[in-house]
Amino acid sequence: MSILVIAEHNNEELQAATANVLSAAKVLAQKADCKISLLIAGYNCSSVAESACAIDGINEVLLADCPALEKQLPENLAPYLVELVNEKSFTYLMAPSTTTAKNSLPRIAALLDVAQISDVIDIVNTDTFVHPIYAGNALETVKSGDVVKVMTVRTSAFDAASLTGGTALVEKLKDAVDLGVSRFISETVVESDRPELSNARIVISGGRGMQSADNFKMLEAVADKLGAAIGASRAAVDAGYVANDMQVGQTGKIVAPDLYIAVGISGAIQHLAGMKDSKIIVAINKDEDAPIFNVADYGLVADLFEVLPELESKL
Amino acid sequence: MKILVGVKRVVDAYIKVRIKADNSAVDVEKLKMVVNPFCEIAIEEALRLKEKGIATEVVAVSVGPDSCKEQLRTALALGADRAIHIATEEITQPLAIAKLFNAMVEKEKPGLVIFGKQSIDGDNNQTGQMLAALSGMPQGTFASELAFEGGEVIVTREIDSGLQKVALKLPAVITADLRLNEPRYVSLPNLMKAKRKPIESISVADLGIDISPRLSTISVQNPPVRSAGEKLGNVDELIDKLKTEGAI
Repeated sequence: MSILVIAEHNNEELQAATANVLSAAKVLAQKADCKISLLIAGYNCSSVAESACAIDGINEVLLADCPALEKQLPENLAPYLVELVNEKSFTYLMAPSTTTAKNSLPRIAALLDVAQISDVIDIVNTDTFVHPIYAGNALETVKSGDVVKVMTVRTSAFDAASLTGGTALVEKLKDAVDLGVSRFISETVVESDRPELSNARIVISGGRGMQSADNFKMLEAVADKLGAAIGASRAAVDAGYVANDMQVGQTGKIVAPDLYIAVGISGAIQHLAGMKDSKIIVAINKDEDAPIFNVADYGLVADLFEVLPELESKL
Repeated sequence: MKILVGVKRVVDAYIKVRIKADNSAVDVEKLKMVVNPFCEIAIEEALRLKEKGIATEVVAVSVGPDSCKEQLRTALALGADRAIHIATEEITQPLAIAKLFNAMVEKEKPGLVIFGKQSIDGDNNQTGQMLAALSGMPQGTFASELAFEGGEVIVTREIDSGLQKVALKLPAVITADLRLNEPRYVSLPNLMKAKRKPIESISVADLGIDISPRLSTISVQNPPVRSAGEKLGNVDELIDKLKTEGAI
């Protein structure tokens, strides 16, 4: 048995989600008594592979560095991965539950004619895994009968593994073929000096109660004082206050920071699904019956337009 | 261009589900069932493409027991031209559903297949990608905008870091994200008209496809319960508590 982990990276550096999925892979490797290989698939990404060699607990780093994989388009990546899995007889394929892996992994699983287990939060044993269903309102334990077990891992459920202390070697793989059915055009990436939402230690999120896009500046001021990432409820995104990449919830990002501050968020099931595993939850809402208070460790029934400036000045 | 749209019957999003006493499954009996919200967006997009003259026919397809016809009827009432019900009483997992849809792709030869990006029961987010794999079609997942140019569909995708645009050769599979459109409501005249639209039933046995589950459910449990903490009087108390806990 052996595990192949697909690294999340941007051709320049490993992204934080990789450390979380590796932590899950290590739990599995111990139970299955097997080795872990890490795949860096991209273009002009050899520096990523070199830095990955320093990760403790990795047996080898596989480098697929070619134009056809630059943006990890699933049409090119999936058949390439299927060949790799078969050639090297991997029995587990793991990747973080990011939009990159959620895009590609089911395509790979289907080509392998195996199921995928989405959003694994616990590894029971070598073939049994726990994952949330119904927006996290139920946890399903499933046993896989497939030869290759393909899974995405919910990054918030596993602490980040150390990315140092190892001495793995890079094996350069052959180039992938561009099948020519899909083409990357452009990417609009939101640049921010704040920490990445999915991995921030502190997250402060605004909901419909923020009332406008402009008012989110008040949240930003507090976030800057705390070194926090900024999130939003679906209601705030739907109302056009902020971009969708800030959405926390069932259909957005799943976060579990040390501190989550929900501001003007009522606490719909779909939002709770994205943040209820946070260590400490603070809710600020003027409606004392808002469901968010049912999961909050500390609640402040108050007008957020008074609380936010006060927080900013006192922090 | 013909469009196939996936339609899944799920528990209403506003209902908090309960787990059966024997922990074997979520208890969905007697609950209000609806079209999966993401499938509604998929249907809406197909209808708009037909209204723009890009699509010629919209075919709604659902897999499951007879009760699924209710959701297919909704799709017809919204404006789909016809529906196909792939009948089975078995539990169907994403890979099986993708195989059944692939049989429909071979039969109907659509220019586009549109799914919701995930269903709100299983939250798997797999079926569209799996169909794309099996049919060899390119995929535009988590789509927030579609544009058609010279035999390609330009898909704007919602990704973790922002937005990505890709061009896909047709035929292609699209999975709908929340911002693709805002679905319409069913109008009464359309509801009446829908009663005369055809729903074709095909049994899984006739298709000769193995749909046996690859994953077996060992148990379904409640998540750990979070209890309400304390309400504080003012900002100073809050800052004090968070400092004591080492959170800030």
